[in-house]
Amino acid sequence: MKPSGSKSWLVLCFLFLFLFVAGWQIFTASFKSLPGPWPVAQTAWEFLSDPFYDNGPNDKGIGTLALYSLGRLSLGYISGSLVAIALGVVLGLNQTLFKALNPYVQILRAISPIAWMPLLLYSVQSSGWTAILVVFMASVWPTMANTAFGVASIKKDYISVSNILQMHPVSKLFKVILPGAGPTIVAGLKISMGSAWVAIVPAEALLGSLGLGYFVWNEWNNLSLTSVIFAILIIGVVGVFIDILFSTMARRLAYVD
Amino acid sequence: MELLKVEKVSKHFGAPATKGQICVFKDVSLNVAEKEFVAVLGHSGCGKSTLLNIIAGIETASQGYTYIDGKQITAPGLDRMVVFQNFALLPWLTVYGNIRIAVKAAHPDWSRQQIHDWVQRYIDMVGLTGAENKRPAALSGGMRQRVGLARAFCVEPRMLLLDEPFAQIDALTRGVIQDELVRMWQETGITIFMVTHDVDEAILLSDRILLMSPGPEAQIKEEVIVPIPRPRARMTIIEHPAYYPLRNRIIRFLSSRGESRQTAATVSLVA
Repeated sequence: MKPSGSKSWLVLCFLFLFLFVAGWQIFTASFKSLPGPWPVAQTAWEFLSDPFYDNGPNDKGIGTLALYSLGRLSLGYISGSLVAIALGVVLGLNQTLFKALNPYVQILRAISPIAWMPLLLYSVQSSGWTAILVVFMASVWPTMANTAFGVASIKKDYISVSNILQMHPVSKLFKVILPGAGPTIVAGLKISMGSAWVAIVPAEALLGSLGLGYFVWNEWNNLSLTSVIFAILIIGVVGVFIDILFSTMARRLAYVD
Repeated sequence: MELLKVEKVSKHFGAPATKGQICVFKDVSLNVAEKEFVAVLGHSGCGKSTLLNIIAGIETASQGYTYIDGKQITAPGLDRMVVFQNFALLPWLTVYGNIRIAVKAAHPDWSRQQIHDWVQRYIDMVGLTGAENKRPAALSGGMRQRVGLARAFCVEPRMLLLDEPFAQIDALTRGVIQDELVRMWQETGITIFMVTHDVDEAILLSDRILLMSPGPEAQIKEEVIVPIPRPRARMTIIEHPAYYPLRNRIIRFLSSRGESRQTAATVSLVA
């Protein structure tokens, strides 16, 4: 038996990758209609060798498209998260309000953000803004629920300390309440980011606004399945990088009681 | 000069109209003079921590009044700092940050340099020099309570409220910190109100001990003055002729659950 330490997981990790690619190859070899790993790799190389080309409004490099999606994502996500944290703090501090609003929040969070799209599109009359608002709707609920929970479950002693010191409400918020609920809030932000990233792809696809989702749909219309598979991989990889960002943030805000 | 006055304070838990209401303690009255060190001794569950929280202003009395310096207590204030049994340090801040937050709250108009000097002064006073940048989780119980004491002393309150401050500290460290508390108490001329269930600790530290009967409807049944002169040392205090009679009397009170012996009041033990 090898010691269950350091690098054995990495070996296993690459083994799984190999098995996946091999399985994919065998599968596509028997069903000739789907592209195998090799043509996808070729397409990937093509796209990635020139990620930021610009041939007019509807033909841009994959890097540019990813930046479009990320820009929309950031705008909708950051504004959604700010609203969510503000509301969450209010609900976390006021249990009566929390109980009164909770049924509605539960209904709202059960609605897929994509379902809002027609209504939003009709209201703002702009596909770009609609995509941002869809991301906004996807971001709000998990962060809000977690913030309210995190704030409500801050140890009573910490609040007592801030009361005994007669801290100014603003410094109480930034020095005690937000750091106290910090780890729970970040967990919510992470879930929100997941659902925002999941929502932006269909939103862009349906709205036809430039971005990764649009790219997937466009390549489907071109019947270029290799590009579709490549785009799926890119969406996954970007998602992983976003997740790593949040794990780093969570580690920074974590505290031991 | 009388600093703290507690007048017929009672505390009930549960809604007042219902029959399930529990009276934790009833008609508790006490006075603490300026620069005095008073301890309340009682079984766990007699509500002594609740009494302390009412004086701190973080809980409210069901009946009765509390005054500090003649003013009625309705809310927490920087004139009454609490030292908690479980330290209640903010775990996301360092030692320095935990003390700084208190200094900043007490002196919002001070410059960065003034605040820094003040924080450092109290870190040095409790012997935590060098541990400024550690988080509470990296400290032993004794060191955590040093931070708690520094945080309380640094705002220069009129009164220190100690809620079983040494209960979670190992016995060897406890003695050292008790000595330091006495030193800081004498240097600063502060008034201390302490709640404890440790008889030896109460005798070693306080001028006067109030004995509380067990709850429900707990009351302060007896008051004893500790006739042992200061400075008191843990090693020599037991040799003082008044030590064991005093200790036995308190133990007898606590084991009789506060029912009997109401007659022998303070007189016999006052030196």
